[in-house]
This record gives sequence, structure tokens and C-alpha cells, in this order.
Amino acid sequence: MASTDIATGTFERHGLSDEQLREIFRNMLLQRQLDNRGFQLNRQGKVPFALGSEGHEALQAGAAMAFNRGKDILAPYYRDLGLCLGIGLSPYEIMLSIFARAADHNGGRQFPNHYSSKNAGLMSFSSILAAHLPHAVGAAYAIKYRGEEGRAVLATCGDGTTSEGEWHESMNFAAVHKLPFVMLVENNEWAISTPLDKQMAQPEIWKRGAGYGMPGRRFNGFDPLETYAAVKEAMDRARRGGGPALVEGTCYRYLAHSTDDNDMTYRTREEVLEQRRKDPVPAFEALLLEHAIMTAQDVAAMRKDVLRETNEATDAAEALPYPDSTELYTHVYEGAWQPWQS
Amino acid sequence: MATTITMPQLGETVTEGTVAQWLKSIGDSVEKYEDFVEVSTDKVNAGVPSPVTGTIRELLVKEGETVATGTPIAIIEEVGAASAAEAAAPAARTETAAASAPASATAPSPNGAAAATAASPAVRRLAREHHVDVRTVKGSGSNGRVTADDVLAAARTSVAAPPATAPPPIPPPGRTSTYAQPARGTLIALTQARRIIAERMVESRHTAPHAWSMVQIDVTDVWNWRVREKDRFERETGHKLTLLPFFIRAVVESLDAFPLMNAKFVPAAGSSPAAIYVNEAVNIGIAIGLPTNLVVPVIKNADQLSVRGIAIAAGGLIEKARKGKLGVDELAGGTFTVNNNGANGSWASAPIINGGQAGIVTMEAVIKKLVVRDDDSIAIRRMMNSCLSLDHRVVDGYVASGFLAELKRRLEAMGPQGEL
Amino acid sequence: MAVVSSNSTVMNNVEAVRATLYEAMKNDDRTLVLGEDVGARGNVFLITKDFITEFGPERVIDTPIAEASIVGIAVGMAMEGLRPIAEIQFADFIYPSFNQIVGEAAKIRYRSNGEYTCPLVIRTPYGGGVRGALSHSVSVEALFYHVPGLKIVAPSFPADVKGLLNAAIDDPDPVLFLEHKKTYRLIKGEVPNGHYTIPLGKANVLKDGKQLSVVSYGLYVHWALEAALGLEQEGMSVEVIDLRSIRPMDKTTILRSVEKTRKLLIIHEDNKFGGIGAEISAMVAEEALFHLDAPIRRLCGPDVPAMGYALPLEEEFMSSPAEMAEAMREMVKF
Repeated sequence: MASTDIATGTFERHGLSDEQLREIFRNMLLQRQLDNRGFQLNRQGKVPFALGSEGHEALQAGAAMAFNRGKDILAPYYRDLGLCLGIGLSPYEIMLSIFARAADHNGGRQFPNHYSSKNAGLMSFSSILAAHLPHAVGAAYAIKYRGEEGRAVLATCGDGTTSEGEWHESMNFAAVHKLPFVMLVENNEWAISTPLDKQMAQPEIWKRGAGYGMPGRRFNGFDPLETYAAVKEAMDRARRGGGPALVEGTCYRYLAHSTDDNDMTYRTREEVLEQRRKDPVPAFEALLLEHAIMTAQDVAAMRKDVLRETNEATDAAEALPYPDSTELYTHVYEGAWQPWQS
Repeated sequence: MATTITMPQLGETVTEGTVAQWLKSIGDSVEKYEDFVEVSTDKVNAGVPSPVTGTIRELLVKEGETVATGTPIAIIEEVGAASAAEAAAPAARTETAAASAPASATAPSPNGAAAATAASPAVRRLAREHHVDVRTVKGSGSNGRVTADDVLAAARTSVAAPPATAPPPIPPPGRTSTYAQPARGTLIALTQARRIIAERMVESRHTAPHAWSMVQIDVTDVWNWRVREKDRFERETGHKLTLLPFFIRAVVESLDAFPLMNAKFVPAAGSSPAAIYVNEAVNIGIAIGLPTNLVVPVIKNADQLSVRGIAIAAGGLIEKARKGKLGVDELAGGTFTVNNNGANGSWASAPIINGGQAGIVTMEAVIKKLVVRDDDSIAIRRMMNSCLSLDHRVVDGYVASGFLAELKRRLEAMGPQGEL
Repeated sequence: MAVVSSNSTVMNNVEAVRATLYEAMKNDDRTLVLGEDVGARGNVFLITKDFITEFGPERVIDTPIAEASIVGIAVGMAMEGLRPIAEIQFADFIYPSFNQIVGEAAKIRYRSNGEYTCPLVIRTPYGGGVRGALSHSVSVEALFYHVPGLKIVAPSFPADVKGLLNAAIDDPDPVLFLEHKKTYRLIKGEVPNGHYTIPLGKANVLKDGKQLSVVSYGLYVHWALEAALGLEQEGMSVEVIDLRSIRPMDKTTILRSVEKTRKLLIIHEDNKFGGIGAEISAMVAEEALFHLDAPIRRLCGPDVPAMGYALPLEEEFMSSPAEMAEAMREMVKF
């Protein structure tokens, strides 16, 4: 966590303004609030499924700050609520996906958390881990092919996904062709119930970069500013044609994998509580207060506003209808959906 | 197993024989010692008994054909032998042999055994549509299967043929001649066509209670119209213009006014009660007498044709009939029949209804007559009788006479001007 | 290639693929080709020979040996606005990319409610009869034609190759373009000059007939046609239909034919169980049962994993024109 330098009483803000720091914090609050709202709705019986991202707030808010809206492309995975918010998705769009409304980007077809937005440069993805990474590489190829400078693809995944063959194939191809592709691994130490030491023999994922011939770097994913710096460095390099990079942010998954998971079957409460002491949200709040970037009232007001925004989004989305059943037959192809044609 | 029967020697010096008549069809069963064919030589006519009990598999010689003694004429499949052969075959394989025939062209179809007796969906549908009893149709497919084409061929008229009855009695021995050239004191073997005509006429007469009515029609004006148009018509179309198309046009218009004349009686079947079905289409059969045969080709949807259209259609069908080139589709589907009977001067006739229709109407001879008109003046007019046999299950005199009156009115209103 | 008239050129199937790809590359900068050995080597059948010289390595990409990402990267390119043509060197190698084809490409449009699309062509040589054994002979269409969101074509004649490949390249959805490798050099035909497309989902009646409808595709279309022409000498009238397009599949042509002939024989090289013939049979039974005067029959590859390298094994797997003729004969006589 970015900490105050004892000698100078300052902290490394990596060129970010106060406004940007507050923006980062708000993103973290919003992520946690919306995250929680999903579980509340599930416990109310209103939505059948919720998947949380607590523990990733700093990593995702920091990475989002390094993303150039309108230029870069994001290829996230399903735990990237904060990152998607940070690149421009609204709480309303998030709630549309949770309620599976017709107005949702995906027309209510996908699980929640499978965000997609062509406007925001957010590539559609499935639940199949690593399947999105060749897509991200292909998009990066397209950008480079068209000579579009200043654009890069930020792809994310968890530690478990790095075991998939397509993770390897994507990294390899991106490196061979020096593509504007940044692989951000959000290492939260758990892949559902599989801990890191069952997932890989080399626990430091960033080291694989050298194996592919690209730079690799690790940073503290609980520190939004360190995150910002690492991701920005990689993205800037990629944008100016410097090729791909692997950046690994360490954090922790505080909740179970999803509402269909009971994490007490494979880890201890003590371990989770121990990690909670490093919770990035109160930690960053403390930093902002300490350096008078926000006051306690500011924080309270911001929390209240975040709650208001969440409530409005929830109510607005809930009031909308499901897609009509006839929608099942649309968008199979551009034309007719029937396999037998006259 | 299959037993081949050859032409027997019906006399010491006889070297050949003629198959006079098959007493069985393919697929029929036959008992040992039961006669299955009648063979004739210049000396004698004799029935030939089957040496085995089984099913007729193939008939190798046509009726009327003469072959040398010893020539194979039929193949009979012995009953019980086939299944025994099949049972023996699997026992000969080893247990570890791979699954039976590879999925290639030579694998027998599991449908094969049932195919000989089961009717395919196409056959069933066509039989239903054309009111053909499949059991009476001779099958030309493999294993004697009745094919869809067989059904269409049998559907020359739309009445279901009666189920096969006991074989006809063996006529006494004697000389034979043909229908085309009948000779006194001879026996004429029935061709398929003649057999069917006989069966259908009996069926029609015995099923439909025939009633009869007649009107006299003044055809002077329409005759004159025909005379005006006939040369040009023949030049333009190559067909002759007779009174028939005008008559048919009047008939279809009258059927429109009296739809029950274009209906048919549907007997009760299974759980369905008896009913009258009013045909949707108006398909007019024209009875054409040929030297040895009677055919009734059909003008489909005649109500949608003008006189000219009917004349062309009729001309085409008549020409084909004379050449023996009518297709099965041209003979099927009739809903009402017209018989032009007047060529040889007939003044009245009582035709037998074409099975499954409600009536049949004739045109008798056109005769110049002296008539007294309504205003008591006397005129020479061309008069033609028209006779109607009707199925009294479907229509009563009310409809029948109404129909005839309408026909008369319309025909008398035609010509001598107008568009054909 | 022999020029026959000023309007068409005689070429074989491999030349037709090459010529069509070349024109596509020339006419649209968004088009690129990627696969193993497509660049410097020009593809193992020389389909893209010298393309790399003319179009450059950015457009003719020699990929690493990684089938899943060959397709996956092409999916990403397509989502981002390019028109990639991915090649799987032999259909037998397509299995590692199964998820990218079936789970991803086929569903991009559907899962994003139309916001993202995947205009992708995946070309691959398939089929046997070339002593290709376990890994160079397989037919894969049955694995994929089941999948909504995918399109699949399998042309047999050079003119169809060009028209359908052009249509596939223009198609806004993912198309699996199957090229029977034995027909590459074996089948020659006239190919109209200039750009044209043949719509997907349209079969072609190669030969009219009255007594039996034969439906086939791939190499076997040629054998079936040969068999049917031979049966003319025996007075049998057999209609031969080239499916050309497997998904979507042409219902009208098949039904019209069956209604006329009342008998249906489906011939395909792929294994019988669950092959294309099964779907055709079901459709015809559902929609034309009362026109059938004989059970529908399928003459197909046996249900074994592969045709072996040893000649008797390959020959046993493959059907010959004589075998096809015998099946046709039996059905006509039924």
C-alpha cells in the first residue's frame, strides 16, 4: 500500500492529481457497493446468482486509471466489476446485466458480470477462462495492422487462468508479433478452491514474461497507485509500439468464488481475516485522509452518493422488463436463424 | 426356397404352350395342387397345379404368350423355407465376428421383410386419394411390392376396387378369340382393362341406386355458333370444334349452380359415418369409346376454362386416347362425367355412373325437328336430348331435374355470337 | 490453367481456392490470411504461394503451431473489424480449436445481442482417399453442423468453390469452409471470370431424374454422378443433388426432388451414425413421409474412428462408384 514516506511525509502519487485520486477512491467504493448489492439481491431472492470481487478494488481502480477511454480496448474477465466501471460502464449498465433485462448490452443472454460494451471498447467474453485472450491478441493485431498509434489492448485474468493452454498461446503470439497487448494478471491466490501452489510450481507469475521474450513485472495489487504505475508503464510502452508486457498484481479474493461456492470448505476463516487486515478500501481511505486529499465528511458524502447512485441504478434496472421470449431467436446470424432453409 | 415352374408338356407331341390366363397374381398365396395358371395348346386347355404351397414370387410369361415346353413360367416361394434359411445363417457365424454387414451398399434393409406386404406411406396416401384398394393392386416392385406407380396405374377410376374374391371359375375348354376380333363360339380372355371395366360397372350399378331423367335441348343457336367458329378454330389450334366443349361449359356452369351433382357418396368406414363429399374441384371426365376399351380422361378444373380452353383440352385428351397414350394422372380425379353418345344417332341412353360420382350426363344425337314454339309458331330447330343417370343416395329428382333444366337453359342461351 | 472462353477459365479446385483468395486479398485491405505454413511455404498445397511476397507478412501470417489461437486470434481480429481467413492445415488438426469455433466464434453475435460480430472464415482441407490415414483423412462436418451460429459449406466443383468462398468471405458470420483434398487436383471445371458469389444454403441439382433422389456432397458427389450416369444405360433415371452448403442446408431442393422420385438415398464419406445423412433423413421423414415409396437409405462411411493407412483399410472405408451404383440400383428396383 502506498505509504507515507516517513522522511518527507509525502507519498508517491505517480503524477496523479487530487481529483484523480478521489476518482480512484470513488471507483473502489462504487465497486464494493455494487458488488454487495448483487449479493443482497440474491439473498432477497431477486436474482439467482452473484459473483463478488472484494479484494480487487485497488487493482482494478488503479488499472482503470491507466486505461485511455475511447482509445484502448479492454478484454476483461468476470471478476472485473471495478475495472469495467473504471473504463466507463455505469452502475445502471451493471444492474441491467444483474437483472438480465432486455436493455442490457447482452440482452439478458449472459450471466451477470459478463460485461460487454462496444462503445467503451469492452470486448464480449464468455465464462471459458483464457478463451478471451486470443481474441485480445487478435484485436491487438488489428490495431497494429492498421497503424493505430496510441492504442493498446489491456487483457486481464486471474491466477488460475494462467494455466490454460490459450493463455500460453496468446502470450507467445503477442510476443512473436510485438503486439500492443498488456496481460494483467490479478493474482488473488485462489481459483475457486485451488490455491496457488496447486495451480503452478512457479508462484511468481511475472517471471514467465522472460520465457516469452517480454518484460514482466509484479506489483502490490492492494495499492491502487502502484497498480496505476505498473499498468501505465506497460500500456504506454505498448501504445508507442514497444510490444507486449506481463504485469502481475497481487491481491486476495475475500469472498467465495460466487454464490454457488462455499469457501470454508477449502480455506480457513483465519486466513481470510488475516488478509482482510490489508483491505485496500479502508487503507486507501486512510491515505487520502492522512494527506488531506479528502476529509471525513467528504468520505461520508462520497459513500452516501455512491449508495444513492447504486440505489437509483438498482431501481431503474429492476423496473425494466426481461427480454421477450421471441428474442431467443434473434442474432443467431445476421439473417435467418433456421438451419434448414428454403 | 424358390421353386421354378416350367411350361408343362400337355400332350405327347406338344412342344409349346400358351399361357392363357394367370389365375394368381404376384404376392398371392397358393396351395399345393391348386391351379395357378391356365395353359392352352392347339389340342387342349388345362389348369396347371402348383407343386408347392407358397407365395407367387414372379410370373415370367405374359398372358397370351407362347413358349416352348420346359421354359420357366413362374417362381413360387415356398412358405416357411425363407425363415429357416435366415435362421441358419447367423448360426454359421462365429461369436467374435464383427457386427454384421458393414454399413455399405450390400447390407440388407431391415425393412425388406415387411416391404412385400406393408404399403409405403406414398402408396397409402395415393391409395386413399384415389380410392384404390391396395390389396387388389398387382405389385411390380421388388418382392411383389405394390409401388406408388402401381397404385396410380390402378386408379383409372376413383372407386375402390372390390377386394379380391375367389378365383373365377375355370371356363370349359374351347377355342379362344380376342375382344378386338371376337369370333362366334370362342372364349375371350379378359384383359386387365376389360376385367376392371366389368368389375367397376358391377360395383357402380350395385352400389349406387341409379335413377334417370332426360331433357330435350334446342341447340340451334349454339350449333350455328360452332359452325361460325369451327374453321378458324381448327386452323388456330389443330383440333376439331365439336358441340362437346360448349356442352361441357354449360355443364360446369350448371354444376356450379347445383354443387350436389359434383359430389360423391362416402360410405361409412370404421368409426366415420356415411356422408356426402362435395368435391372442391370440377374435373370433367369425357367418356371415350375405343374399339376394345372405354377410357374416361379428365379435364381438370374445367370450370376455369372457357369453351375454347375446354375444346383444346378435350381435343388433346381424345387424340391421346386414340393413340393409347393417356397417362395415369390424366385418367384420375374425375368428379363428373360427360358422355357424347350421339355420334351413331342414339336418341336416349341410360349410362352407368362412373364410380364414385353423383351423375353422368349424355349428349344424344342432334336431330332437326319440327317444333311448336310458345307463340304457337312452327319452326325447324336442331334438337338434342340429354340424359342424366344419377346416384339417388346423393341427389333426388329435385336437384337432378333442376340441374338438367339449368343445363338446358344455359345451352339454349349460348351463341351464335360470343367469345369462345 | 487453360482459358476456355473469354468469360471463364478452366481450373481445378485448388486453383479455384487460390484464385479466389488472391482476389479477396487484392480487393480488401481488411482481409488477411493466417495459419501454419501459409506464408513462406505458401500453404502445403501451394494455395497461398507467393502471397507473402505480394501482400506482405502482416497480411499472410505464419502462425505458431497453436490451432486454438489460430482461430481465437482470428476471432479477435474479426471482432475488431478485420476480415481474417484462418487456415487449419488439415481438418484432423481442428480439434484443439473446437472451443474457439463452437464456444466462441459461433456465439459472439448471439451472446452480445448483436453488438459484436465475428465475420470469420476458417478454411481446412478434409476427407480421404489419399492414403492419409488417421490424421489426414477425417471428415469433420458432423461435429460442427450441429452448432447454431456457425455456417458450413463443402463445395465440390471449382465454380462452386469460388462462388461459395467469396460468399463466405463476405458473410458477416463465421463460416467453416471445407475443401475435400482429393478433389483439389482431381476435379477440374470452368470457373466464370470476375467476382461472383453463390448464396449459402442452396443445393445444386447436377442431374435430373425420376426414380430416385441421391443427395451427396464433397468427393462423393462426383462418384455418385458417375454412378447415376452409368445407370442411365440400364434405363434408370436417378437424380443427383450436390448439397454444397451444409449449414444452412437447402430444404426446398431436397423435398422437391423427393416428392418427384419418392425415394431418397444419401451418400456421404463421413461416418454414418450422427452424420449429415441423419438430419436429412429426419427432415424428409418429418416433412415428406407420405411421398416416400421406400425407406430412406444412407450409404455412408462405416462407424470406425478412421480409414487406415493400409490400402485395404482405406478402400473398405471409402465407397466406390460401383457400390454407389449398386445402392442406387437396389433402390430404383424396390
